[in-house]
Amino acid sequence: MTTIPAPRKPWALTPQARVREVLLLLAALITSIALVQVTPLKGKLAYFFTFFAIYAAITTFSQYFTRGKAAAKDAFIKTIVVVGAVITVLPIASIIATVVSKGIAGIRPGLFTHDMSMATPTDPLTNGGLLHAITGTLTLVALSLVMSVPIGILTALYLTEIKGRFTAPIRFLVQAMSGVPSIIAGLFILSAVLYPITKSYSGFMGALALTILMIPTITRTSEEVLLLIPNDLREAGVALGGTQWRTVAMIVLPAARSGLVTAMILGVARIAGETAPILLLTGGGDKVNPNPFNGSLGSLPYFIWKSFNAGSPEAITRAWAGLLVLLLVVLILFTLARLLTTQKMKAR
Amino acid sequence: MSQISGVTPAPRVLTTEPRRSDRIFQRVVTAGGLSSLVILGLIALFLGYRGFEVLKQEGLGFITNSDWSISTDDAGNVVESHFGLAAMLVGTILCSLVAVVIAVPVSVLTSIFLNFYSPQWLKRFLVAIIDMMAAFPSILFGIWGFLVLMPSVEYWAKLIHKYFGFIPLFELKPYIVTRSPFVAGVVLAIMIIPIITSVSREIFAQAPLDRIQAAYALGATRWAMIKAVVIPYGRSGVIGGAMLGLGRAMGETVAVFTVLNIVFQVNWHVLLGAGGNVASLIILKFGDASPYEIKALMAAGLILFLLTLIVNALANLIVKNTGKSGR
Repeated sequence: MTTIPAPRKPWALTPQARVREVLLLLAALITSIALVQVTPLKGKLAYFFTFFAIYAAITTFSQYFTRGKAAAKDAFIKTIVVVGAVITVLPIASIIATVVSKGIAGIRPGLFTHDMSMATPTDPLTNGGLLHAITGTLTLVALSLVMSVPIGILTALYLTEIKGRFTAPIRFLVQAMSGVPSIIAGLFILSAVLYPITKSYSGFMGALALTILMIPTITRTSEEVLLLIPNDLREAGVALGGTQWRTVAMIVLPAARSGLVTAMILGVARIAGETAPILLLTGGGDKVNPNPFNGSLGSLPYFIWKSFNAGSPEAITRAWAGLLVLLLVVLILFTLARLLTTQKMKAR
Repeated sequence: MSQISGVTPAPRVLTTEPRRSDRIFQRVVTAGGLSSLVILGLIALFLGYRGFEVLKQEGLGFITNSDWSISTDDAGNVVESHFGLAAMLVGTILCSLVAVVIAVPVSVLTSIFLNFYSPQWLKRFLVAIIDMMAAFPSILFGIWGFLVLMPSVEYWAKLIHKYFGFIPLFELKPYIVTRSPFVAGVVLAIMIIPIITSVSREIFAQAPLDRIQAAYALGATRWAMIKAVVIPYGRSGVIGGAMLGLGRAMGETVAVFTVLNIVFQVNWHVLLGAGGNVASLIILKFGDASPYEIKALMAAGLILFLLTLIVNALANLIVKNTGKSGR
């Protein structure tokens, strides 16, 4: 009987090295706090930069004396890289913290049962709510889903199943389309549909513009998902005598179902907070409007915009509350999308 | 024993002629696939068509002049109008360049951290968060930038002016630091960091493993490996990612509108509180614009559209070709 030796990890830090690292970190922390207290430097920024500068200096020197020049350079760069990552994360943390802390003040039960038709943005918070905004955003999202999902999935199918002459140019155009500024989509609908045909603001106009913004997201995500479907499945479908249409409709699309749902969710997350085209096209009413084809339609971004521009403390609190709701919507959508994709990976 | 006849059977005719259902399917899918072409074409067509009158009247002055004024008589007829985009174009370019200059180093460092330094659990968490940040609504960045970030950024602007004021770019005459292109640039930088990070992260992750291992085997430290293998491999991809960010920053509307003070005067001084942005101009003037001014806004939109389209197309070409050309 042989014993299998446990795998060793020669690269893992020894307890000694670990203690040394923690000590260095503490040393940097203490010196930086002391330095900020003593010198005229002040503010969070000062703490942030002195801490990292001192940590970089300490680790660089200790590495220089123990392991030489190359290791010292490596230690220095490591600190810089960590600083970069921290700078990326800080705004996200700050945004989420601010929105939650300021928005929570404006969240009341009445917020979700009233609209603003009997209240102005500067009224006390007990008046009015954002029911019209939530229903409006739901209407916009539903309408643009209905229009963009077929187009997006058809484009993705063209790129993955037909692979015709135009595959490369269309892939290129879809990417170009994902860079179209949202205000341009709004202006386009304004010039092509609103002025010549309907001549009035409505939710449908906004949904048309959002559709343009949503198509590239849906197309690109669905294309990636469809490319993941093993070719064996397609071949099996054809070998059983299925035509291409039957193979795609009954094998490929069902196999990609959860991925396609993810594509839709990401598309919704992309447009849920889109503001510029909404400002140009929907008119932003204050009343719950069940008809998206007639009359102005309120929505969350428009509500936030209106409240923010009204400027009084109550209005700003309203805006933060609206932002909190919007942020929660985006967070929930993203968590959903991520859950769907990870489940898929586990199932494989 | 069977008799083998001397006649060979005629070969079956194999045809790949698609059935009618398939032909319909292919046509429908192709039609759907061409929609992006149609939409992009229609955007250019309609904005051009609506803006044509103004473009014709102003000629090249539309991009070289910088005053934007219109006067109408009581009946609403246009008496006199001057439309020039120069200040707005300069402002757009200035803000987005500030954003890219700030965002690129941060994003490159972040993507290096994610790929080569971060533990797996942290990487998974950070990637999720950064991807989510890319989908944050721009109005969120705008309001957060205005109420939370702006005071700090103005303080930084004062510091920059104090220590680097001798550089013409950082000149401040008169001394107004509020709502400057620099502030807008910082907000835009925060908005485009997720995009540039995810592009460069993906490019860096494709760096050939054999070369990475070869570098380590030769005794390279982590930084030496990154400098010798990853950065040469990913350089052009990062440039492409930066240009994608630039395109996004140029088209950004609401976030810039909330933090920028829009002035119709060409201003190259980053810290001075006067700037412009084509997209914000449209939001600013749209509310009370006469039909003729709307046409001018359409023309402005056309120019913004073409500008972002070119930047994006170049960016996508560069990103696509990265790796193929790598050593």
